[in-house]
Amino acid sequence: MPKVTIDGHTIQVPDGTTILQAARMIGPEVAPPTMCYYSKLKTSGGYCRTCIVKVTKGSDKDPRPMPKPVASCRTMVMDGMEVVNNTSPEIVDARKGVVEFLLINHPLDCPVCDQAGECHLQDLGYEHGLSSTRYDFERRTFERKDIGDKIQLHMNRCILCYRCVKTADQVTDGRSHGVMNRGDVAEISTYIEKAIDNDFSGNVIDVCPVGALTDKTFRFKSRVWFTKPVDAHRDCPKCSGKTTLWLKGEDVLRVTARKDQWGEVEEWICNECRFDKKKTKDWIIEGPRKIDHHSVISQNHYNKLANPHYKKLGK
Amino acid sequence: MGKKLLIHNEHVANIHTLEVYKQHGGYASVEKAIKTMTPEAIVEEVKKSGLRGRGGAGFPTGMKWSFLAKPEGVPRYLVCNADESEPGTFKDRYLMEKIPHALVEGMITSSFALGVHTAYIYIRGEYFYVSRILEKAIEEAYAAGLLGKNILGSDYSLDLYVQVGGGAYICGEETALLESLEGKRGNPRIKPPFPAIAGLYGCPTVVNNVETIAAVVPIVMMGGDEYAKIGIGRSTGTKLISASGHINKPGVYEIELGLPVEEFVYSEEYCGGIWKGKKMKACIPGGSSVPIIPAELLLKTAAGEPRLMTYESLSDGGFATGSMLGSGGFMVYDEDTSIPMNLYTLNRFYHHESCGQCSPCREGTGWMEKVAHRLAEGHGKPSDIDLLWDIQKRIEGNTICPLGDAAAWPVASAIRHFRQEFEALIPKKEVAH
Ligand SMILES: Cc1cc2nc3c(=O)[nH]c(=O)nc-3n(C[C@H](O)[C@H](O)[C@H](O)COP(=O)(O)O)c2cc1C
Ligand code: SF4
Ligand code: SF4
Ligand code: FES
Repeated sequence: MPKVTIDGHTIQVPDGTTILQAARMIGPEVAPPTMCYYSKLKTSGGYCRTCIVKVTKGSDKDPRPMPKPVASCRTMVMDGMEVVNNTSPEIVDARKGVVEFLLINHPLDCPVCDQAGECHLQDLGYEHGLSSTRYDFERRTFERKDIGDKIQLHMNRCILCYRCVKTADQVTDGRSHGVMNRGDVAEISTYIEKAIDNDFSGNVIDVCPVGALTDKTFRFKSRVWFTKPVDAHRDCPKCSGKTTLWLKGEDVLRVTARKDQWGEVEEWICNECRFDKKKTKDWIIEGPRKIDHHSVISQNHYNKLANPHYKKLGK
Repeated sequence: MGKKLLIHNEHVANIHTLEVYKQHGGYASVEKAIKTMTPEAIVEEVKKSGLRGRGGAGFPTGMKWSFLAKPEGVPRYLVCNADESEPGTFKDRYLMEKIPHALVEGMITSSFALGVHTAYIYIRGEYFYVSRILEKAIEEAYAAGLLGKNILGSDYSLDLYVQVGGGAYICGEETALLESLEGKRGNPRIKPPFPAIAGLYGCPTVVNNVETIAAVVPIVMMGGDEYAKIGIGRSTGTKLISASGHINKPGVYEIELGLPVEEFVYSEEYCGGIWKGKKMKACIPGGSSVPIIPAELLLKTAAGEPRLMTYESLSDGGFATGSMLGSGGFMVYDEDTSIPMNLYTLNRFYHHESCGQCSPCREGTGWMEKVAHRLAEGHGKPSDIDLLWDIQKRIEGNTICPLGDAAAWPVASAIRHFRQEFEALIPKKEVAH
């Protein structure tokens, strides 16, 4: 069992643990932010580079530091390893650079985006970003694509985290969803524009960290923060039936999977639960859902963040 | 005249045919290897030869081969990287086009050494006509009993296939190449695991450049020790250089490593000096991914030593005053060349070729292109030079594959050595405030 020290906290972890997992075991104060890693998906991570940390000591056996920041989600812990994250000004600065990259082509259309208030990119920009952008060119745009009657794709907002691709690969049967083209014009696509249509496809909405994939049955019904999340369940033959309902009065505006402390789905849910069960009588309500401590929704930061020009982004 | 081991027969009529190739000693290494040597002995010779990968990174080939995992009952693969898309590099094409059997022979001998029974040549889409030449050569080799079942009557069998890529630079990166060969999108894989452990179809795989594999032929024939006598220090053997740009005699040259750079540029045997009687301004000595350096630093190191065509000498001084041998794509620029315009061209290339997996490379390459464009066109802002510097710094070392570094280094070196030229292009009124 290797021992690792992250930002001064030492912890012993099972073999094969990544730096990110070890940091999460220590707690949110040392855990790096993640935009592409997803613990429920195999081979996720490594793309966005927001989770970078600095390895100041490789291991007891080979104490040399690693020359460059590493993606904590894809780097294994070695015995005696020492890592700095938030305590390293270099990492804090490098992360600002990554956030800037993620934002230069983002449309910042938060005021009309259904994800606003629960968007990981908003949180990331708020907590780790620069106060202004140095990008003064036109932002990239894509043509709108229809991917079926339940899911809306706004490619302009996509950060190419590959989570939805991996979800389609690993959670649904019969993948018809992937990445087309290359570089900064790469886009999420269902091959030959085929609608994603199978029992678990709706989960791509929940894994999407931004508003690129949203629930058409919820579109523009309400701002997230005007709805009341409650945990509920039903006897479902296809999935666990354990969900979060987003209520306004007696109406179920939206059904999602339950998400853990890191914003990740606890259990995948089926499309019937997600899209078709929109009445409170379909559900057994358990009680209010506790919303993650750092979420923009719970901290009322939205007004600052919603400025489409991001002039005042940051603290 | 330096010694030639790879393209010494380049001008022999019909050397592309098996018959003529054999008349000139071709396929002797296959005979020698299969009939008189063990696979381990060949790997040992390659180790002794000091051969280093000719695809750009210069990793010792013998060491790479000895890392190949050999679990029981699992196939292993040899994959030849013939993607050759690094701007300024065209030596592999020359070799394959002129003497295709040199590569086929190298593939057979190398596959035998590695215990491989299925091997692939992955060639870039734009080289479609070269793939035809290779396929013809392979057909001839099959007919002559040099490929297929029981090669030369031994119990060793090998199948060799040519796979044409779709024409993406990124598919030259070895793990992207493997993805593409498997029929998937050519995205580089996250390492570890390295191909030697889990490569093609998850099996142990060696990926080597065309020239590296061709060099195995003379190594087996002359012995590793003899090969290592050519060259200087850890730069052994001969190297194909693709010489281009503002020189009198562009083309592919085989040089002995250790040749003085000055001789390479100015002698009649090689580049024949700068064209139109002009002066050399700068050079990118190892393909577009390596740093550009001014003429003075190309010919002499910062310490005043003559610069040699070796891995070590060309990188002497690190990135501050040196560059790299890289793939041997030697591009020379005369005094009239606009470095900012040249940089913009490179930026455009990397932007176009980024696979888009990592945010710094995906977003940063496009941003750099836009900034470099406006600078080169004469409407840059005073802050643009520092901005470019900062963007490249934030890409370098923070990506899955080395394309990010390859996109960053040309920017850093152009600004490092030619900053004034960028500043001179910024409109005066802007400089004033
Ligand atoms: C973006 C990129 C493009 C590359 N293109 C090529 C190529 O066209 N040909 C090649 O031999 N190696 C290329 N390489 C290097 C390969 O990844 C690999 O190191 C090489 O094929 C190993 O062979 P060697 O050891 O014989 O040089 C490229 C690397 C990168 C990062
Ligand atoms: S659509 Fe969403 S989940 Fe899919 S790659 Fe883009 S940002 Fe990630
Ligand atoms: S560095 Fe660029 S080319 Fe390489 S994997 Fe990342 S995005 Fe793709
Ligand atoms: S979360 Fe680690 S690289 Fe994206």
